[in-house]
Amino acid sequence: MDSFTTNIQLVYVLAAACFVYGLHLMNSPATARRGNQVSMAGMAIAVIVTLVLLIHDGSVTGVGWTVIIVGALLGSAVGLHAARTVQMTAMPQLVSMFNAVGGGAAALVAVYGYIHDESAPGGVLGSTTVFTVLDVIIGSVTFTGSLIAAGKLQGLITGQPVIFKGGRALNAALAVIAVGAAAFMLTTASLPALLIVVLASLAFGVMMVLPIGGADMPVVISLLNAFTGTAVAMAGFVIGNWALIVAGALVGASGGILTKLMADAMNRSLANIIIGGFGTGDTAVAAAVAGDAQVRAIAADDAAIQLAYASKVIIVPGYGLAAAQAQHGVAELAAVLESHGIEVTYAIHPVAGRMPGHMNVLLAEANVPYPQLREMEEINPEFARADVALVIGANDVTNPAARRPGSAISGMPILDVDQAKSIIVVKRSMGTGYAGIDNELYANPKTSMYFADAKRAVAELTAAVKTLVG
Amino acid sequence: MSTALVTDLTIFVLALLIGIEVIGKVPATLHTPLMSAANSIHGIVLVGALLIGVTSHTVVGYVLAFVASFFAAANVVGGYAVTGRMLKMFRRKAQPAQPAAALADGAAQSQAPAQRQTPVPSEPNQRS
Repeated sequence: MDSFTTNIQLVYVLAAACFVYGLHLMNSPATARRGNQVSMAGMAIAVIVTLVLLIHDGSVTGVGWTVIIVGALLGSAVGLHAARTVQMTAMPQLVSMFNAVGGGAAALVAVYGYIHDESAPGGVLGSTTVFTVLDVIIGSVTFTGSLIAAGKLQGLITGQPVIFKGGRALNAALAVIAVGAAAFMLTTASLPALLIVVLASLAFGVMMVLPIGGADMPVVISLLNAFTGTAVAMAGFVIGNWALIVAGALVGASGGILTKLMADAMNRSLANIIIGGFGTGDTAVAAAVAGDAQVRAIAADDAAIQLAYASKVIIVPGYGLAAAQAQHGVAELAAVLESHGIEVTYAIHPVAGRMPGHMNVLLAEANVPYPQLREMEEINPEFARADVALVIGANDVTNPAARRPGSAISGMPILDVDQAKSIIVVKRSMGTGYAGIDNELYANPKTSMYFADAKRAVAELTAAVKTLVG
Repeated sequence: MSTALVTDLTIFVLALLIGIEVIGKVPATLHTPLMSAANSIHGIVLVGALLIGVTSHTVVGYVLAFVASFFAAANVVGGYAVTGRMLKMFRRKAQPAQPAAALADGAAQSQAPAQRQTPVPSEPNQRS
């Protein structure tokens, strides 16, 4: 390693340090923006020093320069446009798309590396090939898997699990083919084997995500995020670049942690989600009305009276709120209540949304200050002191049945909504949630049901509260 | 196993442990921006894509370099831009200047990032 290359490597280490420090600053909303800037600076350093390396090397042809610069500029334009125009509700799709292109690029780096080495006299086989095949497999699976996930989230592909006979056998066959061909690549330099690995991995990615239901997407996105990170780290091994290895490992760790958090919050094992359990789509199909349970339905005015004369209100938002685009209306209702001295906080379950932390972003966009957004562990003891718990678009995460064994959601961490002095549930119908079971909360004598679409309900509540306290 | 490979593996394992340590401290409120930030960080694969350019002198090489650069650049630029956009929305206090009625349209609101940046001076808490 000459001194120039050494210096370049040192700059890459600096970039990697920026990534670590940037992520560290994300431990608080107050410093998170600076964290993103630090990370961005690290990225700029890494890209600039790579360009310096390319110029110093001098072997890049004119066509080569044109290809990478035009490619990068076009990619930047597309990425920037997507980032500027995306709706916050569509954030999971965008993250999924970025996972796809990141994984795809990592796979291409390895594919190119293999083709280049293979064309060398005798074909180069060595320690890097293990990482090459891993990169190709993981990157390709991530690419198609993320595209399918994005399609499901966007509604282009049905959110229902797509299951057909022999699906699992096909998956297993694809995995065997990919790994088998990859093993062959390790002993014999072979382009057809590479092609087989790529195709089998791409097909496996599709087949892996298709059977997974829309409501399991927080786990899937997190998992694919971890995959992308791993693929990038493998690409780092292939080209011997520390910045890629460190960055990939960081993302792998992040995706892994979030995957575990999400799976725990849904009370399901990762294997159960991937292989396919009771996963259904966004909306409950079987609208089973609780036979013996008596529920109390109320109108906007009655609900407004409860809210207006409370001193502490906890709002429990769920995905239904985001689906109805009611987050801005809720923020307005909260603002009206607060202006009359009522304490308002939001109780956010980890899976309230379609990706980790999604609900927080949606409420932040609606101008809700982040100190009002409380995590489950933090808010649960406070329900006992709350006069009203206002549940909007959340179902299973409030079901007290989770505390007892014997139900589909037993053991799932829930929000202790039933501890509040009174409970108002805004819901379109008595339909069941994702788990397909009745919510015992609705039969609670303290609970009143306000049957309406979330957006309309919130608007009516706000108007009614205004006339009461105005 | 070569020394270089051992070094690479060491770096990988240590970075993984640092990642677990650092990311475990990120609050759930920020998990979406965190994932988006991690997303932009894996855009570092752009470096790998650019380096393809050094040795590619064939049509296949050029095509791979082009697609990889395109993908990775979209990942990097889009990732950082959208993370920044999200983090800008997290504020300690609601902006009193903005009438609640103006909040009705999320799309229109996100088109005007300049006015949301205005720092809010410490005004008395409405609750107290």
